[in-house]
Amino acid sequence: MGLESELPDIPVLTTSVEKMVNWARRSSIWPVTFGLACCAIEMMAMSCGRYDVARFGAEVFRGSPRQSDLMIVAGRLSRKMAPALRRIYDQMPEPKWVISMGACASIGGVFDNYAIVQGVDQIVPVDVYVPGCPPRPESLIYGIVQLQRKIDQSKLKLS
Amino acid sequence: MDANAISAALGAALPGVQIEVAPSVDLQSTMYVQPENVIAVLGALRDVPELKFELLSEMTALDFWPREPRFEVVYILVSIEHRLRVRLKVRLPGEDPHLPTATVVWPAANWLEREIWDMFGIAFDGHPDPRRLLMPEDWEGYPARKDYPVQIQMKPEFGSPTQVTEEEFRASLLKDRLARK
Repeated sequence: MGLESELPDIPVLTTSVEKMVNWARRSSIWPVTFGLACCAIEMMAMSCGRYDVARFGAEVFRGSPRQSDLMIVAGRLSRKMAPALRRIYDQMPEPKWVISMGACASIGGVFDNYAIVQGVDQIVPVDVYVPGCPPRPESLIYGIVQLQRKIDQSKLKLS
Repeated sequence: MDANAISAALGAALPGVQIEVAPSVDLQSTMYVQPENVIAVLGALRDVPELKFELLSEMTALDFWPREPRFEVVYILVSIEHRLRVRLKVRLPGEDPHLPTATVVWPAANWLEREIWDMFGIAFDGHPDPRRLLMPEDWEGYPARKDYPVQIQMKPEFGSPTQVTEEEFRASLLKDRLARK
């Protein structure tokens, strides 16, 4: 039944280390809890039962950056908050990724003023930008799937 | 009790203090006082038995740039006992605006005055903690002023991560463990 019936006589599968590691990384992306504004409500909806990002292995929001792989910057980032965001990003272990969620995080949105950072890519390197104001949970799930594709294509670096 | 009655009660408690009753659209009692009398008037509003405005509900400022006098500081007081509200205003010049602090009357004025200092640059003499409240402490300018460039573009600042050697890291860890025993 299912996978078992497809297995060959010798129960062994071959693959490359890179493929296996990328598969493991993309299949359990744990985001750090970093809700800044109304986008965080959509982010919470995404992680709950109705939209259920657990289907893609990214539902475990961690309170500690030490246990996280992904930072979803959900909302407008004020200039006073920018050092805190950078500090949390620096505390996350490698490999780590960033999703810039919504118009405010990506380019400042409607807040074209002195107090809001006009794009979080000035603070941290961003992998995926999710447009919308706020993006629907489906959009954010699509952003996470895009990030999974990106991780799948990444090369292992041996240091 | 309307603005005239409040003004009369104040005048009886503080002879010689000039109180100007102003018309207001929302029919709330509104009065103007001179900056040098504001603490005496606030104290009398709190302490005179028929007034008893014991709650400082809100304190903010207005910028009427380029009019002169440019600023107005507004105190909104509530008398719980008499179910009254009053709006007390002070006019301030655009050049070096400052007021005596109201924290001697209401400690609750502390953060409100810090916010006004932060946003409008109105100084409060004798304030116990004269720091900015909302903006970063090294910020230049006062954002709520009418002549402030609101859509200013500046490079955001963020700190660099703390760099420690392995020995320092292990020493810090050991110190922490010993402290927890």
